[in-house]
Formats: sequence, C-alpha cells, structure tokens
Amino acid sequence: MHADVALRTESLCLWYGARQVLHEISLSIPALRITALVGPSGCGKSSLLRCLNRLNDEIADSRTTGRIRIGEIDAHAKDTLVHDLRRRVGIVFQRPNPFPLSIHDNVAYGLRLLGIRRRSELDDRVEAALKAVALWNEVVSRLDESALDLSIGQQQRLVVARAIAVEPDILMLDEPGSALDPVSTLRFEELLHELARRHTIVLVTHNMQQAARVSDFTAFLHQGRLVEFGATDALFTNPRERQTEDFITGRYG
Amino acid sequence: MISGLHVLFARPLLLTLPIPNLQAMDRLHLSQHISRQFNNEIEDVRRQVLAMGGLVEEQIAAAMHVLIERDAGAGAQIREREQQVNAAELAIDEQCAFILARRQPAASDLRLVLAVMKMLGDLERIGDEAKRIARIGERLLDDEGGVDVTASLGDLGRCSRDMLRGALDAFARLDEHLALDVMKRDRKLDALYKELNATLVARMQQKPEQIPVELDRLWCARSFERIGDRCKNLCEFVLYLLRGKDVRHSGLAKAGESPA
Repeated sequence: MHADVALRTESLCLWYGARQVLHEISLSIPALRITALVGPSGCGKSSLLRCLNRLNDEIADSRTTGRIRIGEIDAHAKDTLVHDLRRRVGIVFQRPNPFPLSIHDNVAYGLRLLGIRRRSELDDRVEAALKAVALWNEVVSRLDESALDLSIGQQQRLVVARAIAVEPDILMLDEPGSALDPVSTLRFEELLHELARRHTIVLVTHNMQQAARVSDFTAFLHQGRLVEFGATDALFTNPRERQTEDFITGRYG
Repeated sequence: MISGLHVLFARPLLLTLPIPNLQAMDRLHLSQHISRQFNNEIEDVRRQVLAMGGLVEEQIAAAMHVLIERDAGAGAQIREREQQVNAAELAIDEQCAFILARRQPAASDLRLVLAVMKMLGDLERIGDEAKRIARIGERLLDDEGGVDVTASLGDLGRCSRDMLRGALDAFARLDEHLALDVMKRDRKLDALYKELNATLVARMQQKPEQIPVELDRLWCARSFERIGDRCKNLCEFVLYLLRGKDVRHSGLAKAGESPA
C-alpha cells in the first residue's frame, strides 16, 4: 500500500523564544488516511499541529525553519495566504469551542468568510456538513437555536462540521476524544473513518488505544524529535525503536 | 529396580526444575512497566508457563522410565501430572485472556501473551505424547528382546527431553541463540528416528511374529520425534516474542537470519 502524500515536513524546527520545541521533523502524512501523533506531554505533538496551519504565527516570539509542503503549497512561504492555508488545513481542538451563535451560523461561519452569500447555497452546505458528522437528524428542527445548548458530544461533532464545511484537504484534531464519554468517543472515532474518505486526518491523542483503534499510521514524538513513523499495525506489534516500545507499553523511558 | 530414580521423580517440582531468576533475564524489559501490578501479572504468567513446562518435562522422563527402565510405577505418575498440566493450561490461558481484556498490551507485551497462548497447546500435546509412550511402555514391560533398539529409543527420548529443556530455557532467558540451537537439534532427532525406523522394519521382516511388538516401538519412536517437532514450535514462538517476526514455515536457514 503506497498512499499519496498530503503533507510533507522537511527538517522542520520550531522555537518559542530561545526554547527549541521541534527538532528536524521530516514527516510525510499519507493522503486520505488517518495519521496519529502520539508522545508524552510536552513532546511537541500539539506544537507540530500548530505549525501545519501556522497557528504558531499568533505566538509573538515563535520561529520556524525547514519546510512544510501541502500539495504544491509551501506553508511558510511569504506569498502563502494564511487564510487560504487554514481553509485547506482545518483544526479541531480538545474541548469543543462552538461560537455563541446558532447551530446553522456556526457551520456557515467559514463559508461566509469565503464570500458565499446565497442563502440556498449556505443551507445546502450546512446540511451536507451536518449530515457528514451525523448530527443533521438531531438538530434539523432547531438550527436557529444556540449551539451552546448542545451536549458536549454534539458540540464536538458540530465543530467538526464547521471545520469540514469549507472542504479542507486536511483535518487536524487535537485530542478530540478527551472531553467525551466512552460511547461518544467510539461514535466519534467511527465518524473519523467516514471523514477519511474525503479528508486527510491528523490526530493528536494521549490515548494509545485510541491511536491503535483508529489510525492507519502513527508517528511517535519524544522531546521534540520524531522517533518513529510507520504503519499502526507494525508500530503497535513490533516497534523498531526502544523508546517507542517503552512509551506504548507503559514502561519507564 | 531403579528405585533411587523413582524417588527423584517424586520430589517436588521446584527441586527438580530450578526456576531461573526471571528479573535477571529480562531482555525485553518485561518488568519495567510503570504499573507494578502489570509487571507482576506478566512475571506470573512466565513462571506458570515454566512450571507447566517442568511438569511436561517430568512426564517425558517418567515415560522413558516405563519404556527404557521398565519401571511400571512411573505410569501412574504421568496420569497424575497430566491433570496438573491440564489445570495449568486452563489457568494460564485464562490469565492471558484477563491481560488482553484489562491491559490491552502492545508490542513485546502483546507478543508475550500471544506466544504463551500458542505455546500452551504445544506443551500440552507433548504431555499427551509422553502419556502415549508410557502406555505402550507398559505393554512392552514383559518383552525381553531388543537391547539395541531399547538403547536407540533411549537416545531418542533423551534428545527430545533435552530439546524441551532447551526450549524452556530459551523462553526463560529470552535467548535467541539457544532457541535456534534447539531448532537445529530437531534434525538430529529426525535422523535418529529414521535410523531406528529402518532397524525396526528390518526386524519385522526377519521375525514377522514380532511385528506387533516392533510396531509398538515404532509408535514410541514416532512420539519422541513429534515431541521434537513441538519443541521446535516452542522455539519459533520464542523467536516471535523476541523479534516480532513469525518464523513458522520459513525454514531453519531463514529463521536463523538475524533481524535487519
């Protein structure tokens, strides 16, 4: 199985001030597959995610070297428009963060930013996005009510709908399961498989079993370095690196 | 007759098979989990497998006592050991299921549990072969003829028993080289078996009235040869545990290649 590459980092380094948090990360994320980033707290996996759609730009003293290629785009090139990059690379955070707007307007938010004004087109795309995350049937009768009244599990699916409404190539999720109960988590993981038909998924997770259950590929980061990247089946039965083995089996590193 | 050895058999297991210090032989760092409880569970499973292997080894030794030393008393011991072996098989299998359900082991932990679950079947069947040998040995107690073939059967028996001891040592010490060495010994056992097979066929041709007795000996030889095959399986699972590579059906030369 040789999948196309959706995103490639080349010797990517990241500093916050004087502190280097990523060291020479070279990683190829396969297209239309689920890739899990795992590693202990502070290993740099969330920072890596933030590099990929330049969220680190918002942090004043952050600095990167190396390259990030998304398709033909160089993510950190001067002429790359950040809002265009972020349309292509969506992100969903650990705690669902719906805007204090109606359910409909949450999903339509990004579409309006893209300049879509026609009501019928907005409605169609909101419906498609909510159907893709299996939320449509639950909210169809109250699209104009506040998104904040939804349950946590529903909110998590809503923010995914908001992210995919603009049809990103890549959808990144930062510990999306940790605020959900076990049943909602399983439903959410099932949703990821559905979404992977149309989007490349990059998943940061603390939960080894979750990485093992849902991902096709796994990258293990430790102290800002990429220790091992490989097919999830191989990495969880026979990792190449001792550090990976110690981490996924809960040994002292 | 060989009452001294008979007493040796009756000694408790721990005296006949010294169980090695597993922590000192922890090449896979099996005792370095953050969860001490998990370490204990893993170590417990390994100890139980070694104890079960010790029982099976005693079954082979007892079978040889019946067959070679013509000691009728050893047969009862095999049946008693068989019950212990069966109980151990069930207990270890259950313990493995608990670990899978509760710990969701990965990497070498997962391979250990998988290897153990497969080794159990081979160990139990080695015990069955020993029982078969002892049953035939009891039929042959009154047969006087055949000092040479009895000696050859003894060679086969010792070779198969040593292979089991080696396989268990390889598992206890997580010793790749020993596992490969035991696998190589299977060839010698096969050669011994072929040789004895030819001798027994020749004897049948010379004395057709002896055919039932010679056939009995042939069954015993066959059982020892099968024990060797099962010991080879045990070693393959040890290699799988150590390397994460399944070497079954790949031939000895390939199994011997060191991992890339």
